[in-house]
Parts: sequence; structure tokens; C-alpha cells
Amino acid sequence: MKAIIIGCGRVGSAIAGELDRNGWDVTAIDENEDAIDRLGSHWAGGFVRGHGMDLAVLGEAGIQHADAVVVATNGDNTNIVVAQVAKERFKVKCVVVRLLDPARADFYRERGLHVVCPTQHAIAVINDAIRASQEAA
Amino acid sequence: MYVLIAGGGKVGANVARTLLRMGHEVTLIESTADRYERLEPEFEHQVLRGDATEISTLERAGIARPPDLVLAVTGDDEDNLVICQLAQAKYGVDKVIARVNDPRNQPHFDLLGIAPTVCATSSILGLVEHEVPAHGLIPLLELKRDNLEIVEIPVTPGGPADGVDVSQLRLPEGTTVIAVLRGGNAEPATPGLRLTSGDQMLAIVKPGRTDELRKALALT
Repeated sequence: MKAIIIGCGRVGSAIAGELDRNGWDVTAIDENEDAIDRLGSHWAGGFVRGHGMDLAVLGEAGIQHADAVVVATNGDNTNIVVAQVAKERFKVKCVVVRLLDPARADFYRERGLHVVCPTQHAIAVINDAIRASQEAA
Repeated sequence: MYVLIAGGGKVGANVARTLLRMGHEVTLIESTADRYERLEPEFEHQVLRGDATEISTLERAGIARPPDLVLAVTGDDEDNLVICQLAQAKYGVDKVIARVNDPRNQPHFDLLGIAPTVCATSSILGLVEHEVPAHGLIPLLELKRDNLEIVEIPVTPGGPADGVDVSQLRLPEGTTVIAVLRGGNAEPATPGLRLTSGDQMLAIVKPGRTDELRKALALT
């Protein structure tokens, strides 16, 4: 199975490493060459330096044959565009996109994107923790 | 008309100024502090500081009214694209115009149905092609909403069109020659007009059919 990870920061690199260890054919994309250091010394996958909106970069990473694409750059709007390109243009079956803004996360989830919003998760977990501590008291 | 403009750079500020002078109602959104401070003395309450890709900023600017027209003219293509998607799909804005900064991003706007778009680089390239004597097909105007494109096609010496009556030309379906430019004059493409090398044909083509047309006329 082939996966492309666009944005190789804390989240992207950890997912790339996990899939790589599980036998996936993984290619990571990041604008910054240093991002390759996050992938560790056992990394067996590919790396393409460039912007995720650049069709030439996506092509070089092999998006035509990807089974899964994870979009987690530090720009929400870039992620929104790249995820839609992966889904609509390249017909990738599994596209997961990380968005930090809850409002845009809701909107694009309604439009059919598989959105993960860490901000929404954090808010829910913190609210639960406070509620639980009050119930205990 | 109420127009919302995202991006207060040279493009956004000049368009805002002109529209205001024409008597339209305008809100200009600018995210950077220094630019906002330069715009505020001139535009006063008509300029708003904020990130136009944030739903809360758009709502403060009156996106829910909704505006008659949204112009997304920031320097970031991904922002312009998201602003147009939010305007159209979330708030039912009928008309959007997006600026494309990097022509390599044009396919993304096309894919996601954001039109019309304006790209300075592509416009300049189009003008350059028009000036350079080429043997190819020159795109002059694309009207995506009306699903047609106007192109200029040269009649090449010894090519499939050379010496042929314009009404007898074999062209792909959906292509119509409307006029022939010859010696500085435009002649309507009526039956009986014989094409000769050096002529330029003006034709209407369905978008996406230009490659077929190139093939039919053996152009590069």
C-alpha cells in the first residue's frame, strides 16, 4: 500500500514513521529539507522537497498510485486545497486532513472531507476533565 | 452594489477606491497591521483588519448579507481559493472573482469550480505569444461560465486550411470560425471566402477542445 504524507512536522513525521514500520510504501513531502531529520535513521521511505500545491511535486511523490494521503502542513488553507486536489483530481480513496481552525474544520467536514481538528479534540478533552473533577468533588 | 474585497494590497486597494468612487458599497479586509494602518486613514470604517479566511472575519465584514460580489485578491492562492469556496458554498454569494498569483495553481481553481480567475502572469504570457510570430493557436479569451473560448488560428502555408473555402474547413465539433483577419481587415467567415497562408482565423471553441483543433489543422 502506498501513502503520501504532505507536511512532515510533528504529526506528519510520526504518521509517516508508523506506516513505514508497518510495511507501507511511504513518501513524505515538505518544503523544508531539514524535515527529513524528523523521520529518523530507520526511515526507508521517500522524501520530496517542495510545496504540496505543486502538481509536479505531487506527481514526483507518486500521488497517482497512492492509497492514502495525509495532509498536515502548518497552513490550514494549503491543507484544504491539497486535500481536495488529492480527492477530486487524483481520486485517492483515503484522504485525511488536519485543520487547526474549528470553524473551517466543520465546514469542510460537511463538504465530505475527512477532517481531523486537534483544537476541537483539545477543547472536548479539557471540558471533560473539568466536568469529571467537579463530579468527583 | 455591495462588494467585499479580501486583500488590501495594490490590487485590492485600487479596486476598492474605484468602486467607492463609482458609488458602490465596499468592505476591504486586510490582515497585516502595517498595511491596515496605511489603508485606515483613507478607507476609515470601510477597511477591516482580519484574516479573510476566518469565518468570523468574513461575518464581521457582512458576508451573510450576502455581498453581490466577493473579490479574493490576496497574495496567497490557497487563501483566495478558500475565501471563494466559503463565499459561494457557505453564504450563497453568486459572483466571485479570484486572483491567481502563481499560474501553476490555476488547475486547482478550475478543479474546484472557482471562476472567473485573473492571473497577471498568464495575461502577460498571452500578450507575449500574440506579439511573437508563432505557428500555434493563440487563446484570446476564455468565458468559462458561457463554456466557450475565442482563439486565433493561423493559416499555415500548405497546411490543411491553405486554399480551402472557409465553409468547407473540417473542424472538430463545437468549433466555429467567425472571422478571418487578412491584411489588417476582419472579414466575416462566410461561404466562398477562400483561406490563404498568412490569414488569421478567429474561432469559437469549446474549452478543452483546443488540442483537437490543433491536430485538425496540423498546428504545433
